[in-house]
Amino acid sequence: MDFSLPPDVLRYREQLHGIIRETVTPEVIDRMHTTGTFDAPELNRALGEAGFLERAVPGLGKGDPIELWVLFHELEKAGAPIDGMAIALMIAGVVTAVGTEEQKARILPGIVSGEQLVCMGYSEPDYGSDVASIVTRAVRDGDEWVINGAKMWTTMAHEAHWLILLTRTNTEVPKHKGLTMFILPMDTPGITVDPVHTMGTERTNATYYDDVRVGDEAVLGEVDGGWRTMTVALSFERGVMGGTNAAVPLLRHFHDWASAEGVLDGPVARDALCRAVIDAQVSALLSMRSAWIAASGGQAGLTGSITKVFASESYQRASAEFQKLAGPAGLLQFHEPGAAGDGFVEYDARHTPVVTIYGGTSEINRNNIAERHLGLPKARS
Amino acid sequence: MTVDLGLSADQESIAELFDGFFAKESPPAVARAAEPLGFDAELWRRVVDLGAPGMGSAESAGGGGATASDLVVVAEAVGRAIAPVPLVEHLAALTLLDDADLVAGEAIAALAVRRAGPDGTWHLVPGGAVADVVVGVDGDELVAVRSAPTMAAPRNHACAPLADRSARDGVRTVLGPAEALAPALDRWKVLTAAAMVGISETALALALEYVRSRHQFGVPIGSFQSVQHGLADLPVLIDGGRLLTHKAAWAIDGRGDGSIDWRLVDIQDGPTLASMAFLFTTEGAATATHRSLHYHGGYGFSEEYDIQLFHRRARGWAYVLSDPTDESLALADRLFGPVED
Repeated sequence: MDFSLPPDVLRYREQLHGIIRETVTPEVIDRMHTTGTFDAPELNRALGEAGFLERAVPGLGKGDPIELWVLFHELEKAGAPIDGMAIALMIAGVVTAVGTEEQKARILPGIVSGEQLVCMGYSEPDYGSDVASIVTRAVRDGDEWVINGAKMWTTMAHEAHWLILLTRTNTEVPKHKGLTMFILPMDTPGITVDPVHTMGTERTNATYYDDVRVGDEAVLGEVDGGWRTMTVALSFERGVMGGTNAAVPLLRHFHDWASAEGVLDGPVARDALCRAVIDAQVSALLSMRSAWIAASGGQAGLTGSITKVFASESYQRASAEFQKLAGPAGLLQFHEPGAAGDGFVEYDARHTPVVTIYGGTSEINRNNIAERHLGLPKARS
Repeated sequence: MTVDLGLSADQESIAELFDGFFAKESPPAVARAAEPLGFDAELWRRVVDLGAPGMGSAESAGGGGATASDLVVVAEAVGRAIAPVPLVEHLAALTLLDDADLVAGEAIAALAVRRAGPDGTWHLVPGGAVADVVVGVDGDELVAVRSAPTMAAPRNHACAPLADRSARDGVRTVLGPAEALAPALDRWKVLTAAAMVGISETALALALEYVRSRHQFGVPIGSFQSVQHGLADLPVLIDGGRLLTHKAAWAIDGRGDGSIDWRLVDIQDGPTLASMAFLFTTEGAATATHRSLHYHGGYGFSEEYDIQLFHRRARGWAYVLSDPTDESLALADRLFGPVED
């Protein structure tokens, strides 16, 4: 095996580090925690100007998967607010894979310039992991579709220009076969956005659709082929586009605090920090492998599930260990004097519960690993 | 130079050769029959015929000139088959020795992974019961001692050929200062890590075979979600352990830049990665063998089933070094600097 990045990727990484230094300032990270909006327009624009976003769209053919891995790996390790940009790029990948030429021309430029975000309307109040059962309806009316329903966890809906929306268009067929995906501007009449605030500061949203009218230009992929479009998106999400190296900033914050306070002189803290570094290294290697598989023309989907479960759960373990080790200082929030790791120990303890839920719960991923990787019989229900 | 996380064509051939060899010559029944000593002299002779003992030695010394990465592939096959031969120990010791009979495998070498006590005894040397030469640290010197093997081991968890060996009685050669042991110990950790990956892989395979065929309540127990989820945790321990072990070998082969930038988790230093791989895979193998044994139900606990052989070796082959926490604390010193008084 060879773990060396090729010279052109190293140059790319250096340029990326420059952009991170300029745009991901402590103020930007602080703003993300104050507003709960995990997006940095200045970073997105800088990446867009450098041509990095266009190169990073899966399947657009301008960059390669190793470079895509480097992009997300380095941004995550820097603790940059990338949720908005990551979703936008993922959807740009879906548009590239299943969109019409007209859609590509209309939608992609705003995303790859870093100006426009996309939010995802998949989950509903009553359907999360069982997303194929969603009930938001799109009904044909002349040349138009009329959409009614409600979505949950529409993160970035309050900032996004575009919405990707999973609807039911056919109730006469098995549930996976009656779904259609739409992509439409968020300012389409009939859409309402209500904030949902979370324990981890991140703002997400509930969104409501009341006689929202769109034409066929908004259908992404085939009518009643929405499940396939979903699958394309998930294959990117569980591959290399973030969510696999999020523990790294916490390692630094905890280390620096523990070192200054003498906590790092104790064997329990030293052991815990070592284990967390090892897990972070393994997560990095696993996500690098997903990229390498993609670069070699393989399907990274399931290795992504394996990586996601490990990376998210090891991040949770580290966060829980560090908060215990910090004692009362691990209870203090950002800007409070004496807060462990400048408040990151407390913040991560609030944030990490979500990482085994969003982007596919650990349970759904384990089902996939058991059935599709280990070849075990379909679980008894 | 670019990212390539697959085996080279040569390594694919090595894997095929050794897996085929061990599948034929060393099914679990051979490991079982070799207990309690944990050594099958006939199997070692066949391993010698393959040229395995001198694989990693320099070509000028009559060896095969294989890289640490190549040896990882061999050690993984040893682990998959829990082959009762001290190949990992021998290959590690030959980092420091190039005697012709050792390179040829006519004599066996072992590595004292812990320094000798004040009385000059190396305690519980892995492979020590069958080794003709033991290399290790005595006082502030690295020495090789040639003396008769005990051919008997204290009864131990893994039925491994452990033995106390003297660092002073026998033909004693001083090889250098104590620090000179490090490259061999690093190699031992990496090859043991590879063996742990192999053990984990077979443990998972045994579990899958069992839960597919074992029926309770009218269905295979592998269709129960609780069983599936317990097994779904194992592939990452195997895949992640393999990647980390190969990265350590890659660094030991001098292909990384030697950096230890843990703040960005950019680590390319051989000894650091060897320690990380050892820790990750030993814990992984402990988990994999335990889960597999558990899903075998009562049969897993019975001597008749093979999983217990793997369960004991996953622990015995690793804990012979030290409490893993001690290794973790040594790693902490490398990563974060030592604790100041």
